[in-house]
Amino acid sequence: MKYKSGPIEKSPRISKLVEDLYKELPEIEADRAVLLTESYRQTEGEPMVIRRAKAFVHILDQIPITIREGELIVGSATKKPRGCQVFPEFSFTWLEEEFDTVATRAADPFFISEETKQSLHAVYQYWTGKTTSELATSYMAPETKKAMEHNMFTPGNYFYNGVGHITVKYWEVLEIGYRGIKEKAQKELETCQLGDADYAKRTRFLQAVILSCDAVCRYANRYADLAEQLAAQCVDPKRKAELLQIAANCRRVPEYGATSFYEACQSFWFVQMLLQMESSGHSISPGRFDQYMYPYYEKDRKEGKLTQEQAQEYMDCIWVKLNDLNKVRDAASAEGFAGYSLFQNLIAGGQNTKGVDVTNDLSFLCIEASMHVALPQPSLSVRVWNGSPNEFLLKAAELTRTGIGLPAYYNDEVIIPALMSRGLSLEDARDYNIIGCVEPQKAGKTEGWHDAAFFNMCRVLELVFSNGMDRGEQIGIQTGDVTKMQTFEEFFEAYQKQMNYMISLLVNADNAIDVAHKERCPLPYESCMVDDCIQRGKTLQEGGAVYNFTGPQGFGIANVADSMMVVKKLIFEEKRLSMAELKEALEANFGQGISNEQAQEITTSVVKELLEKGKKVTEEQIAQIFITVLNTEVSPEKKARYKEILSMIESVPKYGNDLEEPDEMAREVAYTYTRPMEQFKNPRGGIFQAGLYPVSANVPLGQQTGATPDGRLAHTPVADGVGPMAGRDIHGPTATANSVAKLDHGIASNGTLFNQKFHPSALKGQQGLQNFVSFIRTFFDKKGMHMQFNVVSREILLDAQKHPENYKTLVVRVAGYSALFTTLSRSLQDDIISRTEQGSI
Amino acid sequence: MEENKQVVGRIFDIQRYSIHDGPGIRTLVFLKGCVLRCRWCCNPESQEFSIQTMVMDGKEKRIGRDATVEEVMEEIQKDNRYYERSGGGVTLSGGEALCQPEFTKALLMECKEAGLHTAIESTACASYEIIEKILPYLDLYLMDIKHCNAKKHQEFTGKSNELILENARRLALDAKELVIRVPVIPSFNDTKEEIRAIAEFAASLPNVQKLHLLPYHRLGQDKYNGLGRKYLLDGYMPFTEQDIEPLFLEVKKTGLQCQIGG
Repeated sequence: MKYKSGPIEKSPRISKLVEDLYKELPEIEADRAVLLTESYRQTEGEPMVIRRAKAFVHILDQIPITIREGELIVGSATKKPRGCQVFPEFSFTWLEEEFDTVATRAADPFFISEETKQSLHAVYQYWTGKTTSELATSYMAPETKKAMEHNMFTPGNYFYNGVGHITVKYWEVLEIGYRGIKEKAQKELETCQLGDADYAKRTRFLQAVILSCDAVCRYANRYADLAEQLAAQCVDPKRKAELLQIAANCRRVPEYGATSFYEACQSFWFVQMLLQMESSGHSISPGRFDQYMYPYYEKDRKEGKLTQEQAQEYMDCIWVKLNDLNKVRDAASAEGFAGYSLFQNLIAGGQNTKGVDVTNDLSFLCIEASMHVALPQPSLSVRVWNGSPNEFLLKAAELTRTGIGLPAYYNDEVIIPALMSRGLSLEDARDYNIIGCVEPQKAGKTEGWHDAAFFNMCRVLELVFSNGMDRGEQIGIQTGDVTKMQTFEEFFEAYQKQMNYMISLLVNADNAIDVAHKERCPLPYESCMVDDCIQRGKTLQEGGAVYNFTGPQGFGIANVADSMMVVKKLIFEEKRLSMAELKEALEANFGQGISNEQAQEITTSVVKELLEKGKKVTEEQIAQIFITVLNTEVSPEKKARYKEILSMIESVPKYGNDLEEPDEMAREVAYTYTRPMEQFKNPRGGIFQAGLYPVSANVPLGQQTGATPDGRLAHTPVADGVGPMAGRDIHGPTATANSVAKLDHGIASNGTLFNQKFHPSALKGQQGLQNFVSFIRTFFDKKGMHMQFNVVSREILLDAQKHPENYKTLVVRVAGYSALFTTLSRSLQDDIISRTEQGSI
Repeated sequence: MEENKQVVGRIFDIQRYSIHDGPGIRTLVFLKGCVLRCRWCCNPESQEFSIQTMVMDGKEKRIGRDATVEEVMEEIQKDNRYYERSGGGVTLSGGEALCQPEFTKALLMECKEAGLHTAIESTACASYEIIEKILPYLDLYLMDIKHCNAKKHQEFTGKSNELILENARRLALDAKELVIRVPVIPSFNDTKEEIRAIAEFAASLPNVQKLHLLPYHRLGQDKYNGLGRKYLLDGYMPFTEQDIEPLFLEVKKTGLQCQIGG
């Protein structure tokens, strides 16, 4: 056997670390916010990049540090495990508003003490008017803001938070340390001429880099001091020795290059953790860990300094630490990214820049580590191509079989050309890794702004029926009275027009936010580890990276495609239904009753219409309209007709069953999002590129969406990822996969996401694993891009809903990541349960 | 061949991504009509050749349709790449495919023509002349042997087992690969002695190395109600792993490779 792929025993230390991690509800801590604000108050008037660096320095010099019991890799962002710091420079009002509910909300609750509330409240006084989110708002066009209010799309991620979504040059820190990076900056600084046009910006940025590098070295030395102190007090000789080793590690790295695998692990961790201290962005992705760590592993192994068990234990420790980082989001975003996830994507396997497969022992150890800790982080991914060794994929399948939803599988054969079509060199494209959920890019060269917005394609379909109106306001453009449309082509074109317009608003929103980040939150520390920031003397936010993108993601393809099929077949081809009838059925939610929320929306529309006609409306009249709307009895005849309509809709062929017509429709529908996106540019000198995935936002954003012609009822989830609508794919996983593979994944170069759910029996035994691997390989032969699996029986999930106390560590795949099932909201749990279970007999 | 493509058969389901009836990823074609009436049958809608109506989830469902070999092949070939990757193929199931010999033969011939691995899941309860004709186009014969006692076989399946056992002896010599499968049914053949007897018979067959134990499950129960029939095995629980383990060991004693489930 070429690889050392067998199981490695899990050390008891790891079980203990995991147990300690989940003892308590995670807590919000105020230290970072307080220190940041102290520093900002002292640096008023200085260049922003210097202010950012000085604040970073102040935080690292002062923030409380801690070494947790039994740790071998140290460095914690918070005093308490799984705690989170706060980042008021991006936005803060939502947190203040949620002070009293954040501990009890359904999705991702956090404990917050009265003391922390007071500290944060004091800090917040300073920030009014100074955040990126406020500046972004002031840069947006009025129609953009209105469309956002109407939930057509939401750029909430970067609107309220840092950007993150990056893989830096970890390997450079491992190799030359921050001392080496600082020297590079110093050298660049020496080349700056007083007469240079960019002298001011360039020098200040490079000075900011130097300040940041020094701060990180001091920070590591604080840990060395602490480890020595703890060692001095420690009575257990074994732990004492460990602590002294930790101290020695932190004296050396990340200031200098790593000389051993253990040091490399410690150095890696400081980079990973501190990136998330500088800014609140999530999806800071370790990338090709098995590649840049391998030289250290190989050397130590050859010299007999390291056993495989030791290497495994260090890696397991890192895996645990990745779950120690946390982030509090606003209640709405928490639903969209449910499961406390930080999307730290780590990828194993695949080819190198020369196109040679470079799967190695560490690739196997990565998978083993995820088996050992069985936790959602890192978001483990596996690269698959024709040259992937079968035993590696079998090992990955074994992890899939444990049911924690990891790893996700990615297809080199689609991703490499897709990236090249966006301007990456062949070498860079071959060296890709994944950011966050599913977004491919080249590490250390890219500021990708992946995940830049959620775009709900179903909402745009609603605009076609309302001639651009939503809740009484003109949100889309006017595409004419839908009931007067004569052909399907006319209808489809109206949808394209609405899409084009709405996409331009989304671009407007993203670019406004982009500029706000550049002006208010440049990130010198992050920038010093991405090419060519130092050489160009520019932060990432100013366009310092080699590759710049903005990648907002659309979702709802299956619903729109199925809806288009219904309109095409029933209205225009078979003429069994009129457009007016369908429109009415949608407004009446197919006679399935309307919610308070919907009644309110209709009331608002009616009232606005009356006002526009110049009529006066009193409060009582409004209340009366509302009650009338809510209690409108649908006549039995109408009800019967709606039922008939629903049954006609059911008979129309659906996407996801390997049928030419609906699959072709889905492909065309996806183009209405991916193609217009390509023409737009961002302020960093890069282009927009579409992704097709909703993370878990298909559930909360589905709640804001009315009934759709595919028979989906109002306020229910829309389809997940690029997969078919839940429960509509009835011909098994190969049929579903064939349908999904018929989409053009290459053009969605910001990633597509395909969830499949398998029953454990489908992966039983070695034969089951082999069939599973063949299944993935075939989907990839057919040019699918990504695939991930939940392997948990329906019975287990139902039982976990009933007895969450027994399933505290049950991890399931949500979307581009895994999460603890019991921490998800009920509706998202239901959604996961209802995803079609394949291979159950 | 052109005339094969036009042969019509009666099927009631085509199930893709089947991984328990033969190697690799397979497509199962379920043919309608069977000579046996096994009490535990999990596909009771398969037994009658005639097209039936079954009530499922309150809705009436038509069971059975006539399809040409060409139509079935089109569905089968949608997953060609999966078969190639996994070493899979096509398995004919039922019902009993041998009840529609012409269609079965034509379909198998077309599958071979398309380069697919072929299997049949069968009672082998038919005249050997019929079986003989399909063997050249068959890579794997998955044959059920339910009981060695003729009387008990008669009682629970409606037919005696002499023809079946005789065919097994001949198939062992003629089939490319023969695997014996035993449905383990409570109150019928779930004792060590009964399983041992079947295993010993299977082990005595030349060229037979594998035996599959298929533990009883109740997934077909609702279908009996849907067809307006009485489910005669009502009240029996599915086996636990502990129940099957001793039976598994009995089979192993005969030297056969044994696996639980297909």
